[in-house]
Amino acid sequence: MTEIKPKAAPSALNETGAVRLRRSRFDRLRILLSRAPLTAWFGMIVVAIYGIAAVFAPWIAPYGEAEIFAKADDVWSKEHWLGTDQIGRDVLTRLLYGARNTVGIALGTTMLSFLIGGGLGLMAAIDRGWIDQVFSRGIDVLMAIPSLIFALMLLAIFDSSIIGLILIIGVLDATRVFRLARSVSLNIAVMDYVEAARLRGENMGWIMTREILPNILPPLIAEFGLRFIFVFLTIAALSFLGMGVQPPTADWGSMVRENARWITYVPYFPFQEALYYALKPLLPAGCIALLTIAVNFIVDWFLHETSGLRDV
Amino acid sequence: MSEATKTPSPLLLDMKNICIEGFADERWHPIIKGVDLQLNRGEVLGLIGESGAGKSTLGKAAMGYTQPGCRITQGEVWFDGQDLAQAKTREKRAIWGTRISYVAQSAAASFNPAHRLIDQTIRASKRLSDRNEAELRRDAIELFDALNLPEPETIGQRYPHQVSGGQLQRVMTAMAMSSLPDLIIFDEPTTALDVTTQVEVLASIRNIVSQFNTAAIYITHDLAVVAQMADRIKVLRYGEEVEQADTRTMLSDPKQDYTKSLWSVRSLEKPGHASDDVLLAIENIDAAYGTAKVLHDVSIKLPRGRTVAVVGESGSGKSTAARVITGLLPQSKGSVTFDGQALPPKLSNRSKEQLRRIQMIYQMADTAMNPRQTVGQIIGRPLEFYLGLRGKEQERRVIELLEMIELDASFYDRLPDELSGGQKQRICIARALAAEPDIIICDEVTSALDQIVQEGILNLLQRLQNEFGIAYLFITHDIATVRAISDEIVVMWQGKVVEQGMKNEILSPPHPAYSELLLSSVPEMNPDWLDTLLTRREAGGEGVIKAQD
Repeated sequence: MTEIKPKAAPSALNETGAVRLRRSRFDRLRILLSRAPLTAWFGMIVVAIYGIAAVFAPWIAPYGEAEIFAKADDVWSKEHWLGTDQIGRDVLTRLLYGARNTVGIALGTTMLSFLIGGGLGLMAAIDRGWIDQVFSRGIDVLMAIPSLIFALMLLAIFDSSIIGLILIIGVLDATRVFRLARSVSLNIAVMDYVEAARLRGENMGWIMTREILPNILPPLIAEFGLRFIFVFLTIAALSFLGMGVQPPTADWGSMVRENARWITYVPYFPFQEALYYALKPLLPAGCIALLTIAVNFIVDWFLHETSGLRDV
Repeated sequence: MSEATKTPSPLLLDMKNICIEGFADERWHPIIKGVDLQLNRGEVLGLIGESGAGKSTLGKAAMGYTQPGCRITQGEVWFDGQDLAQAKTREKRAIWGTRISYVAQSAAASFNPAHRLIDQTIRASKRLSDRNEAELRRDAIELFDALNLPEPETIGQRYPHQVSGGQLQRVMTAMAMSSLPDLIIFDEPTTALDVTTQVEVLASIRNIVSQFNTAAIYITHDLAVVAQMADRIKVLRYGEEVEQADTRTMLSDPKQDYTKSLWSVRSLEKPGHASDDVLLAIENIDAAYGTAKVLHDVSIKLPRGRTVAVVGESGSGKSTAARVITGLLPQSKGSVTFDGQALPPKLSNRSKEQLRRIQMIYQMADTAMNPRQTVGQIIGRPLEFYLGLRGKEQERRVIELLEMIELDASFYDRLPDELSGGQKQRICIARALAAEPDIIICDEVTSALDQIVQEGILNLLQRLQNEFGIAYLFITHDIATVRAISDEIVVMWQGKVVEQGMKNEILSPPHPAYSELLLSSVPEMNPDWLDTLLTRREAGGEGVIKAQD
């Protein structure tokens, strides 16, 4: 920095602004976390456990993803803590790999939908002209078709490879992201600083990423959590219907389907076994439910913190 | 209307050693630091000070109310024998709206858009008095009449969006008066209004307050207004009382330096200089938003290195003219010539160089700066964008610019939230200056600022003009600002130019009728100004065009 020439007591320096204490990111995070309610902590811990399971599945899992053992539909034992499935694969291993696959696909899909929906939404909000009209009406048409049926149709036309799944659900889900991104950006796009950037001659990319995006991040991040859950549920639902993740790839939705038949037989078993067979389909379903609730807890807390709805 | 029974004791409100704190940034901060306030029945107290001085907080505390996030930590608020600082919400609710009412700054934001005006006007009285509704409605219509609202019989049937801002402000006063309260708190009731409308609202308020012998606290930052309204003035600063005296004494003989400095601001003036070297000329411009035509055959000339002030009330088309010049709203007819060359009407067709040479500063510095960018980034961007300065070079230039606007390098990393209103506006000036422009369009740049800060900004703009020869197109509705800075004046009304000429010619008679109305409506620091004006206007010969209200 160059040396600063002394000036004759600049008056504006002494004006009292709402000068805030400057805090580092770490300090701000600490304060935020210290205020986090129990539900949020619960959510964060659950998400962390899922994350670890997903990332380290090959190391944690006792067996290989598609490894088949002699005894199918086995009950809980020392070798197979959660038993084996209908063709003799270890259920615990399948659950851990399922976390990896289902969460991974859902995350990829959500990111794709945010990239598409967020990008188009921002463009529409900045333009407010014919681009906006074309995008918005196009999205309206897409949204008019029930998305699960639409997804099933597209998956039937193309194949249900993982890439195909991500692309199709990502595009269909982008419609909802578009609507949110457009409506929150509209509030920012009318600000004088956006007009100032346009007057400066900045291009669309700069206005989108530098002027508007940083200001709409909080609602988008919250929405990311929610959309992630919806995508996750959609994939599980598609897998349950047999159109999603294909065997032998482990996935919670297909696991629910494969084990669902046991529920019918539960009344005919003695109690101990009945419990086991009832839990069989409920385990993957429970994994789905738990993650859904955990993410919702975090999103609720985050929205509460960022929306300024706090009652001091 | 029945006369409210009043106890003989003259002292109505007695606030003792009030301390109020606000919660921000994880801590409690003092907002009011031990202020006393006494008010007699029928007396009007003017509360003045810059923003952040605690005027509104103190005004609300007179009702025993604090905003969410604030608390009264100390002191007593005795209202007619009851301590409102200690009273329960239920007890206070019995008083609010009936014995104490509040008139907010922005009437438009304070009305419920889904209910008719008259229903909202009598709401509080209906809730708490035993009078029947027909009677209350009749009283409300009488009040509308007393406040000079047009068609008092039927205006109450309208919805808030169907009346103008000035009318809405008067309906709000009627709402406050409808229960015949002992005390009304006016919180900047005319700040958002045009001068021509302001006169009418001020006259109505004063009239009605004296008619019903109501006590009032009048909060404002406009000294000329408070001089018309108040019997006594209290000056606040940093949550403390600076001084208090009755209006005439305060105006003629202020004791404290701070008060004196407040008083002297309005005297800023510069002689106008003529110039024939036209830098920017807009000729015979028509412009429209959709089908609504806003500008009719507008021509304005801006000489190099001079200041042209465009004055007029809101809706007169002054900001639209600026939008045409900047290219945000392409004109439907006419041409914009800049430095001898025709400017393309559309923004996207202009070259970077043309964009660089015309910069703009906005009224609300808050919304003109991205809250997520630091001062360094805000000022640095035009340097990089237009002049290709990067890295160290850019940083050095930003600091130079900060010094030019009388700030220093310590501001480099601050976010807009961490600046005062005046500092924010200075940063916006620096951003415009960074592009090394020939013209800066200033759209009401001082109207959101306190008077002392305004003076600083105007001085700065003048100094920059002297140093760099920048021409300003200065859009404003404030005649004091015009006196302070302009060389030439353009008066606009309803999308047309009423007159353009040198400052001295425009400001001295004879005026066209509209200019006369506009100029005579500007409040003066003389406490008799409003009376004189109203007497003159009643006598006729002035204000021939009634302001479109």
